[in-house]
Amino acid sequence: MAAVGVFALAALVLSCKCDSVEKPSDATGAGTGSEAERSGPAAASAGSEAPGGGAGAAVSLPDSCEEELLIRPLHSGDIYASFQFRTLWDTDFLHQGKKVSHYRLFPKSLGQVLSKFSVRELHISFTQGYWRTMQWGQPIVPSPPGAELWVWFHNTVADVDGNWKELTNVLSGIFCASLNFIDSTNTVQPSASFKPLGLGNATDHRFLRYATLPREIVCTENLTPWKKLLPCGSKAGLAVLMKSEKLFHSSFHSQAVHIRPVCKDWQCSSTAWELRQTLNVVFDLYTSGQGKKEWSLFKMFSRTLTEACPLASSSKVYVDVTDNPEGELFDLSPATSVLNTAVVLGDRRTYSVYDLTQKETFGQLRSLNLVLRWKGESGDMLRPLLHAERYVAGFGLQTGEIHTLIYNNHPYRAFPVLLLDSVPWYLRLYIHTLTVTSKTRENKPSYIHYQPSKDRLRPHLLEMLVQLPPHSVTEVTVQFERALLKWTEYTPDPNHGFYVGSSVISALVPSVVAMDTNNTQERPLFSSFFPTKEESSYFVRVYTEPLLVNLPTPDFSMPYNVICLTCTVVAVGYGSFYNLLTRTFQVEEPSQPLAKRLANVIRRIRGVPLL
Amino acid sequence: MGLLSDPNRRKALTSLLTRLNTPIWGMPVEWLVKTMQARGLEVFTQSFTRTLPFPDENKERYMVRGTNIYGILRAPRAPRTEALVLSAPCSPDNSNNQAVGLLLGLAQYFRSQIYWAKDIIFLVNEHDLIGMQAWLEGYHHTNITGMDYTPLQGRAGSIQAALSLELSSDVITSLDLVLEGLNGQLPNLDLANLFHAFCQKIGVLCTIQGKLQRGDWDTAEGYTHAVQTMMLMVLKQASGRPWGDHGLFLRYHIEAASVRGINSFRQYKTDATTIGRLLEGMFRKLNNLLERLHQSYFFYLMPSLTHFVSIGYYMPAFGLLATILLLRALDLWVQLGTPAQVTEDGAGEVEPPSSPGVLSVLTPVVISHLTGVALYTLPVLSQETAVEHFPVSETEAVVLTAIAIYTAGLALPHNTHRFISGEGTEQGWRVLKLVALLYLAVLLGCTALINFSLGFILAITLVPAAACVTPHMPKALTALAMVLLSPGCTLLYCVFIFQELQEAPVTLPEGWMLFLSVISQGILDHSLYGSLVYPLLALLIYPCWLLLWNILFWK
Repeated sequence: MAAVGVFALAALVLSCKCDSVEKPSDATGAGTGSEAERSGPAAASAGSEAPGGGAGAAVSLPDSCEEELLIRPLHSGDIYASFQFRTLWDTDFLHQGKKVSHYRLFPKSLGQVLSKFSVRELHISFTQGYWRTMQWGQPIVPSPPGAELWVWFHNTVADVDGNWKELTNVLSGIFCASLNFIDSTNTVQPSASFKPLGLGNATDHRFLRYATLPREIVCTENLTPWKKLLPCGSKAGLAVLMKSEKLFHSSFHSQAVHIRPVCKDWQCSSTAWELRQTLNVVFDLYTSGQGKKEWSLFKMFSRTLTEACPLASSSKVYVDVTDNPEGELFDLSPATSVLNTAVVLGDRRTYSVYDLTQKETFGQLRSLNLVLRWKGESGDMLRPLLHAERYVAGFGLQTGEIHTLIYNNHPYRAFPVLLLDSVPWYLRLYIHTLTVTSKTRENKPSYIHYQPSKDRLRPHLLEMLVQLPPHSVTEVTVQFERALLKWTEYTPDPNHGFYVGSSVISALVPSVVAMDTNNTQERPLFSSFFPTKEESSYFVRVYTEPLLVNLPTPDFSMPYNVICLTCTVVAVGYGSFYNLLTRTFQVEEPSQPLAKRLANVIRRIRGVPLL
Repeated sequence: MGLLSDPNRRKALTSLLTRLNTPIWGMPVEWLVKTMQARGLEVFTQSFTRTLPFPDENKERYMVRGTNIYGILRAPRAPRTEALVLSAPCSPDNSNNQAVGLLLGLAQYFRSQIYWAKDIIFLVNEHDLIGMQAWLEGYHHTNITGMDYTPLQGRAGSIQAALSLELSSDVITSLDLVLEGLNGQLPNLDLANLFHAFCQKIGVLCTIQGKLQRGDWDTAEGYTHAVQTMMLMVLKQASGRPWGDHGLFLRYHIEAASVRGINSFRQYKTDATTIGRLLEGMFRKLNNLLERLHQSYFFYLMPSLTHFVSIGYYMPAFGLLATILLLRALDLWVQLGTPAQVTEDGAGEVEPPSSPGVLSVLTPVVISHLTGVALYTLPVLSQETAVEHFPVSETEAVVLTAIAIYTAGLALPHNTHRFISGEGTEQGWRVLKLVALLYLAVLLGCTALINFSLGFILAITLVPAAACVTPHMPKALTALAMVLLSPGCTLLYCVFIFQELQEAPVTLPEGWMLFLSVISQGILDHSLYGSLVYPLLALLIYPCWLLLWNILFWK
């Protein structure tokens, strides 16, 4: 019965029927009609002709791409910048399985990977830092610290594990990351938490693989290959802003690649591959701005915008001005009258829109440098409706307890969440100690999927569906024992500790405002990542912090000392013994005196015996 | 390192210090929260209450209620897995305000730096160790001492190292490093080395045990000085109590030390800026650690900050002492076995007919342990009764009850014999002594492994008594010697020696008062922080000594 419940929810969470996904593909067939619709709210905008032209160009060619930058001043005073690049590839090897050899905008390296490994959907993210939900609100595209990879394979694939192994190695090469460390000990097959985001209604989780590498450190060498996948590279368009020394001088950095099949038009008569590349950065103005709250594109990226990517059908910069309707909080220059309203994560937000495909945007200086000056202190942020944290309790190196706290800050609505926990085998979970409590009362999960670990083979997988009462904290605790590893299994720095990946909490959070389910209308890219199915709720995924756990670690210097000592003893002992045993001792004749030798010489000559 | 090189920052720090110097009642919780928030930290508070088992007369507290305030500086692009702690105790009597001010100044400075790889927790704890205990238990979600606290709202992963800061004035002459923690645990020696290295670099006088290092190691004075410093460390470690707020971190495998500013009459003074630079340097070093500190000693004694005595040097000394016990036991074993050998062939393993019954050995063992249990439980339990009947305060009642039970135990031999049927035999006391010797050897061995100093001090006094005692010695003289070597008297000597080494000698009555307060502190340490010295002495060492006492009066 429980299983039925969860599948119902899973279907609710992310049922990916055609009608829910057709919306992103609208832009492909970007007719002037939809363009007009989009500029509807911004009727005052003068420039409906230029994007029309761009779209016209896109219509004639099969592939298309869009780029977009969202800038949101956060309540904490930080600046959140979110890039999204979407490339659509009008090919249909999803159904026919034919070889495709023609690439235009879609990167060939990824296209070949898709066809070779029969990938249906691929999501990969590299994140450095932890998204601070309590200060920053919900992110546009959530991701856990480190690397995360989840892939749906076609249901025709026979050897999923083999494909997965090869795929991770190939991706590791493409992104210059340690994805080759993904093996069976950190791969799981979640039964409900990760449903396909694109076309198709796959439910058989045998074709899903999910893995995280919480230790992965993201740096420039991961950014460069990521930039190379963009149609314009980092030569033109928004991508010129991506200077790595600025992007990595931030509080949070996350880059991701999402590939999924989508409908080309709203009837879903044909499908296309969608490649979404996202880059999310949070800049800390306190450290970089010497306490002054003022930012500009130049300050953040040490670049300004001069042109759109010529290949892109749409290229826009959105600045979130919801908190600043009268301009009392900050000044934004150059001012724009083009406003756009979108419902994002259960909240109606207003954005100033800068269309880079129009000449007027750049002004006389031929460059766009957005400047935002704070005037007053921003008010308090609304508490995010859902957030979570996790920690290890207890002390000593034998046992411990993992606590996961899930906060529902909604004043009167209860809602269910799916919790996914993947714990490495060397923390032996005592599943009988699993308790779920809300408001000091036991809260029995309606669905639990637990897959016990196998030593050195596979991790624990714990998935459950928990109903969160309104305005409450739900605490999930489970005790564990720390295993003693074999001495070769320790990492080179065992005293650093061992990582346990983030738990994943997926939920349909009740929305305050009606969500936009009208998928025929074109919306900004950032509001269309997760398909919305119903008006009353929106999908949120929350990642907790990873854990660093110390395992009992032997003193590795001691074997070294012992080896040194024994080697010395053996060398000295063996050497002298060997010497003693193998040497033959002979009594050496003392050398004869000179007179005797002379006498012998004479005797030899005479032929008489020597003395 | 440019901390406070900017005049504006220096001014801000000065104004902070002035604000803190104005008299305040209790801890200014709201002001601290606001100030920390203004510095860009995530601020959380934790309130706690604790009722002590009996009033603490040294610190004048009984029902403790307080609030800890901590701000977390989130490191950029760090996944909240590792943290460092800088703590400063804040008390109503303003004695540590300089430390709190410096902590806030450092928080502001640290916030604007980009090189942090670990989150930094700035903790202001009220009621020194009790607050620290509440915070640590809250952070690790444990409850070992029955503290009542509110759960923590914010965390920063596993804590790698911690420093506790105590400054009594705005200028100091030297900095003292305190290492001894709960149950004699010590932080990794590298933490001490780090402190010393930075003191050298910045040019601050640094001390350990409040004693400056002398350059002349070869001379007799220099040697004596080093020995005195080390003996102070041995005594402090043996006490098993945390000698600074850092002491409680060690239980959680967090390397921690206290840095204490000392303002003496020396000419050259150091200001808060220099201490700030020192702390900044230490934190940057700790921040750069890729692993926990482990590549160094956890067992050491320090005759000075630059020298240490490693476990390999001091353990043999204890080992030799313990060998006496084992040799004695072997001797007794052979003596016990000899008559059996005499009675022909394979009957050797059979107990000789004159062998004492199990009862005659077991009875003293059980009775002395019961006395130990009484010594452990009764003082705290019976304090109310004692207060009703005698004109003493609760604390005095507890201590005096403990001493009374301890002394009453001396009358035990006479009472034990009532339970034993018949006369004690020659074999009887030998068996009892064998048991006592082995018991003592195991006890001391285990103690020395956990807390070397305690084990060593106990061994020095108990081993001679245990080795020599027989029923055939002159009763009065031996009894006096035994009493003088008993654990209680050892504690008394330790108090006097400690005062002597600290160059604050006390007269006999003062020493006695100190002795009483040490007992009460020991009991409090046990119930508040889980120190194991009191239960060890009461439940194990004292009964063991009583066994030896029994042998002396064996009839």
